[in-house]
Amino acid sequence: MANFFLDNPDVQFHFNALHLRDIVAIAEDDYAQAKQYSDAPTNYDDAMENFRKVLEVVGDLAANRIGPRAADVDLDGAEWHDGAVSYAPGTRKNLAELSKADLMGMILPRKYGGLNFPFTVYMMATEIVSRADASLMNIFGLQDIGDTIRKFGSEAQREEFLPKFATGEYTGAMALTEPDAGSDLQAVKLQAYQNAEGKWFLRGVKRFITNGNGHVLLVLARSEAGTKDGRGLSMFACYGSDGVVVRRIENKLGIHGSPTCELQFNDVPAQLVGNRKFGLIKYTIDLMYRARMGVSAQALGISQAAYGEALAYAKDRIQFNKPIYSFPAVSNILIDMRVTLEMNRSLFYHAAQSVDRKEKLEELIEQRREEGQPVTDLTAELRQATTMAGLLTPLTKLILTESANKITYDALQIHGGTGYMKEFRVERLARDARITNIYEGTSQLQVVAAIGSVINDILRPHFDTKEQKEYLGGLSQLAACMKEIRQLFYDSLRYVVERKDASFQDVAAKDLVELYGYLLIGYLLLDEAEVDSRKVFIANRYILGSLAQAKRNAECIKNGVFADLLHADKILNG
Amino acid sequence: MYHSIVLVKQVPDTANITGNVMQDDGTVNRAKLPAVFNPEDRVALEMALRVKDQFGGKITAITMGPPRASDMLRECLYMGADQAILVSDRKFAGADTLATSYVLSEAVKKIGGFDFIFGGRQAIDGDTAQVGPQTSEKLHLPQITYLEEILSIEGRTVTARRKIEGGYEVVRCTLPVLVTVIKDAVEPRPFSARRVMSHKGAKSLLEIEKMAEGNSLLYVDQLVHEFESRGLFIKTLTMDDLKLDPERCGVAGSPTKVFKVESVVLSGGGREMVEPTKTGLGKLIDKLMDDHILG
Repeated sequence: MANFFLDNPDVQFHFNALHLRDIVAIAEDDYAQAKQYSDAPTNYDDAMENFRKVLEVVGDLAANRIGPRAADVDLDGAEWHDGAVSYAPGTRKNLAELSKADLMGMILPRKYGGLNFPFTVYMMATEIVSRADASLMNIFGLQDIGDTIRKFGSEAQREEFLPKFATGEYTGAMALTEPDAGSDLQAVKLQAYQNAEGKWFLRGVKRFITNGNGHVLLVLARSEAGTKDGRGLSMFACYGSDGVVVRRIENKLGIHGSPTCELQFNDVPAQLVGNRKFGLIKYTIDLMYRARMGVSAQALGISQAAYGEALAYAKDRIQFNKPIYSFPAVSNILIDMRVTLEMNRSLFYHAAQSVDRKEKLEELIEQRREEGQPVTDLTAELRQATTMAGLLTPLTKLILTESANKITYDALQIHGGTGYMKEFRVERLARDARITNIYEGTSQLQVVAAIGSVINDILRPHFDTKEQKEYLGGLSQLAACMKEIRQLFYDSLRYVVERKDASFQDVAAKDLVELYGYLLIGYLLLDEAEVDSRKVFIANRYILGSLAQAKRNAECIKNGVFADLLHADKILNG
Repeated sequence: MYHSIVLVKQVPDTANITGNVMQDDGTVNRAKLPAVFNPEDRVALEMALRVKDQFGGKITAITMGPPRASDMLRECLYMGADQAILVSDRKFAGADTLATSYVLSEAVKKIGGFDFIFGGRQAIDGDTAQVGPQTSEKLHLPQITYLEEILSIEGRTVTARRKIEGGYEVVRCTLPVLVTVIKDAVEPRPFSARRVMSHKGAKSLLEIEKMAEGNSLLYVDQLVHEFESRGLFIKTLTMDDLKLDPERCGVAGSPTKVFKVESVVLSGGGREMVEPTKTGLGKLIDKLMDDHILG
């Protein structure tokens, strides 16, 4: 039987390389939960065995049920009729089966009916599901909403919402975007007001809301009348059935299975989640770590699917009496795709574990505070973990979603004219990939989110250690290339900093962030190559390719190519 | 509340036969094929689970097979079966449908207290569709074969639709009853992640004995007790446990002798033009009926 977990050696490689020991110990209260729940692990090995077996279930569902329905889901799409949204028949079946398999509350605690899994394992499941049907990720991947209520809501709210999220009875939506507040969420206008008894109500419009027809909506709203910026925004939870009107759903290029709704709130009763004024500056920002990783997982799944289609087609397609696979021009593209895919995965699971670490430290600190225990030893660790996740999540989203576009582009190219036709899966993949570098923050905004950490060079100690490490054999030459890339980064960084020109820094940011990405990923791949000989090929092509790219990045920063921005009006409007 | 016993079988995955699996003499090299849960038995388990979902009760999955069939029994537990029983003995090897139904019917008697026995219509390795009916005969039970849908269960009466050539038939009978289901009857549910985690450690007696083998500190009886108390013991029944007649088990109890196995290679050859007229089509239909392709 096909299985999208078991058939993928690279996913297995990363699964086996996970370092979740500390994270699982915190999540499992040092394995005390096993006394209470028969599905709780008794030790770390047992936990890993649980994760493996559950990922096998996900891989089976993805390969044998979700995947085969994906073409119909794309064709049928979600529908809107008289204010009611219905999922495509395939989506409905998918959700019913995921619920039946207990997979709709993977990261929620057991006491609310969840599996209590680490975020990283949930991300692996998300990659696998997205490979089968990218549009399903938009609903499967919304488990963060429950998690956000868990983190910031009251115990009463947890008890009210979480068990139904865990069983799949409820799905949710994050209602952030508005017609005039997309990338700029500080401009959110939707009004939250209280009546005489202090009860909250919501009034206004949200747009582009993924699964806005969901049962429970987390809504970012302006609770502080008269304010203009993010500090006047709070987070609310409300039921869709309490008068949220879905005015229409969008007719989109891809991810047709996911309904994208325009919502109208006509005095909808709502509950405040957490504290007033923290809606954007704390809760949304926190949610974004996980949401961006979710979209990265979606991109990665699409990339895997596209690579698989391209490889199979190239072996199958005979031209000039041989499979096109054997033409160097084609196999070279395939190798590029494969190397990109594998470097994506290395970065992704590294980042996922850093988010996991941050989340679990937060939980531990909160737990200790409740017990009146000191937390000083943990706060410094948390600060470091937060800084790390703060760089890794935007970097991952930037790189993986751009890669998905490139990989689907190449996969379609390998198919030639056939790939442009609806009969082949690759055109759907290319359409589905296109949103990933737009929503949950465009690539341009990911650069903005990452550049501060890059300019502050927060990974300096990490890179110092790597640079001093002795790599053996051929790897030492690659390590030398890494040094060269690092030098190019420092030269570029110094150049940008010394210019002291904010707008120059804005345009050079993309190159700087890319340079930093090569360093981080290059060293990850070098370390993998030490333990797996096949990974030497991956490290080799990635690092040599990155060196060439790094020279280009550095040259672009220094040779004045951006100087013409001063004349943008003349160029663009002439 | 109904107690359903589900007859399940582990079979070689004949749906995925690749080049090196077929041997020169036309037989299948079973060692090279992965063993899987017989698809229609999985449907039978789903049917039993739906009865339980609606009316409550319990489900016992039972298989006659080699020790490795425990893998499939664990899968039954992952889907929702309450207990699983492995009927296993070296002396059962080489059983045909007659010997198999004898052993299964005796095991079912030993379990007792059931309302339904569900099984797949047939297994993908032998395709005989005989074990279900033979088991019901030996137990003197009514049987509903080729079941498509259970229409209602009211007290001790079940009404069901069964597939017959060219249509369907609605039948009604009293419980207990043996039912064999066809593939399209219902779609089996996926494994429950929570059950996978809580039951992954379920072990049969043979597996527990193996566990104890290398460690003198482990006592089988004690382990069995521990596994049992945690609901993780896959009960194992042997020929002695069931007090069976050795002459009716395994090869000794199997009158079926395989005379010859042939690898039939179908090849295209010869063709006939059919006039696109009424007479031409009539002739085509006659020919297809003569060849038993139609009608």
